[in-house]
Amino acid sequence: MPEITYVEAIRDALREEMRRDDRVIVIGEDVGVKGGVFGATAGLFQEFGEERVIDSPLAEAAIVGVAIGCALAGLRPVAEIQFLDFIPPAMDQLISEAAKIRYRSNNDWSCPMVVRAPCGGGVHVHGALYHSQMLEALFAHVPGLKVVLPSNPYDAKGLLLAALRDPDPVCFFEHKGLYRSMRQEVPDEEYLVPIGRGRIVRPGRDISCFTYGATVHEVVTAAESLSRDAIEVEVVDLRTVRPLDRDLIVESATRTGKVLVAHEANLAVGVGAEVAALVAEECFQALDGPVMRIGGPEIPAIPFAESLAEVYCLGPRKIESKLRELAAY
Amino acid sequence: MALTESAPVGVAGLTRDRLRAMYRDMLLGRLLDQRVLVLNRQGRAPFAISGQGHEGAQVGVGYALRRDYDWIIPYYRDISLVLVMGMEPRDQLLAALAKAGDPNSGARQMPAHYSSRRHNIVTGGSPVATQILHAVGVAQAFKYRGEDRVVVATVGEGGTSEGDWHEGLNWAAIHRLPVIFLVENNGFAISVPQSLQMAVEHVADRAAGYGMPGVSVDGGDVLAVYRAASEAVDRARRGGGPTLLEAACVRLQSHSSDDDQRRYRSAEDLAEMRRHDPLERFRADLESSSILADGEADQIRQECQSLIDEAQAEADQAPAPDPDTALRYVYGEA
Repeated sequence: MPEITYVEAIRDALREEMRRDDRVIVIGEDVGVKGGVFGATAGLFQEFGEERVIDSPLAEAAIVGVAIGCALAGLRPVAEIQFLDFIPPAMDQLISEAAKIRYRSNNDWSCPMVVRAPCGGGVHVHGALYHSQMLEALFAHVPGLKVVLPSNPYDAKGLLLAALRDPDPVCFFEHKGLYRSMRQEVPDEEYLVPIGRGRIVRPGRDISCFTYGATVHEVVTAAESLSRDAIEVEVVDLRTVRPLDRDLIVESATRTGKVLVAHEANLAVGVGAEVAALVAEECFQALDGPVMRIGGPEIPAIPFAESLAEVYCLGPRKIESKLRELAAY
Repeated sequence: MALTESAPVGVAGLTRDRLRAMYRDMLLGRLLDQRVLVLNRQGRAPFAISGQGHEGAQVGVGYALRRDYDWIIPYYRDISLVLVMGMEPRDQLLAALAKAGDPNSGARQMPAHYSSRRHNIVTGGSPVATQILHAVGVAQAFKYRGEDRVVVATVGEGGTSEGDWHEGLNWAAIHRLPVIFLVENNGFAISVPQSLQMAVEHVADRAAGYGMPGVSVDGGDVLAVYRAASEAVDRARRGGGPTLLEAACVRLQSHSSDDDQRRYRSAEDLAEMRRHDPLERFRADLESSSILADGEADQIRQECQSLIDEAQAEADQAPAPDPDTALRYVYGEA
């Protein structure tokens, strides 16, 4: 099996599905000749032509709104928003339209589409306020949407193929810090990673840490550090934040009795709050400590300067410290 | 335009039967609209929003389309347009009374959110002008598949202030897509007059800025609308790209059942508006040219009323949605 990067896994999934299904088209800024600002659509324009790989005007609401129209007319569009930070103009189309089309038509119409967007930042990403945000909670709040955030190349390909065949709109958010930072063996052939299922990345008996996206890798590093002191943290990659893998969360939390939720997005009213509430409701008797969360502080996003970015970002050390606090409880 | 004895057949390329059918559809839309308003005032329909005064624009455009082939993405005043495209009075009365059988939404949406996949009438929400972008996407799909279908998106002149309007027209023109943007301009967005909505006299004046033809037509003249729409449809079908078609309409009723336009429009303005009723004008033209014989208009009216009475009787008896269904169809069910 070839070792490929995360962004190559995205591109492979798009290419394979476009070869398999001529209803799949790609719409976005710079997705054509240039192949996307991160290269996620590299080569697609050359292989499939301008009718299927459409360089859009600089208009996010249109990228999503036109994709919705394509979906209504029977295509399987992939809308790329160049950075998740620029998706707010398309929120009306996503929340008022895409998410509600099936429900509001009593199942007469549907809107199978994928909205891809690079997200996230980090100390060395230098994306600052408008090239680094994690906005998944805004979408995870909305019935009718599915929200996926893969953490590695294998999942990226398998989840994207699943999203492309899903009958409903899927928000597919790719952490740009992962695009080229890791390689992984990924099958050439087709496989699906089911939407709505998490994965135990690292088993452990003492604490369950629920996380997703790039933070998974920081949590694993922190867990390995605790392991040297015989504290075994179970790291659970949620992979999908809507719908949550409730069974896995409840099973793991019940088994370990201690829970930390870690995410890069702002902590308040985030995905962590939903996971914490689920654990509190379903696992109360099994808990051996307070459900804890760690995430972004109460500032709008990651500032530019490294010294300021450090304050926002988690990183293995902050996570380790929180895990030790929970372990000692 | 005036119809004359010398042009009884082939007016705007339409046969006598077709002209009578146009009148019938306009009248059916008007009477159905009136019935829904009555049901609202009786306290039986929780909400109503009227299309009265827009019948000429809607029927004129609808007759330029191929039913069950072309697509429309309507807005909330298009009661006559969706009738032309194949929906029935019962469909809207079921919606008005929030009955389970409402084909538009299963009584999940407010009435006048027209939808029917069977008739290529695309579901819409309440935010204004979002449908413009959907129409562009539908047209993009037609073009990609090499189909010669056409899609019409409708909107009021107020909706043309939205960003989605601009983004949609720009995109459609770039790709020369088979879409017609029909602006039913009645001069008011609830209470706000056109002068506070835009600095141009005609919405269609903006078309040049997008690189597409813009046509302003008297929406009170159903045949003028039909002609202009037919040209736009032919152009779109031949690969000639989009058209911005503006039809000047009158809003005979208030914005909705929760509005009273006497509070912000003068009595003179309202009286003047009523002189431009497209329905009365078309009837007079058809009668003066003997396409409608004496008494024929009354006969058509009785037929329409009977149809509406029967539909209402059916809707009255129809069950409300089962609460057990409220949680369904958020996502696809395998």
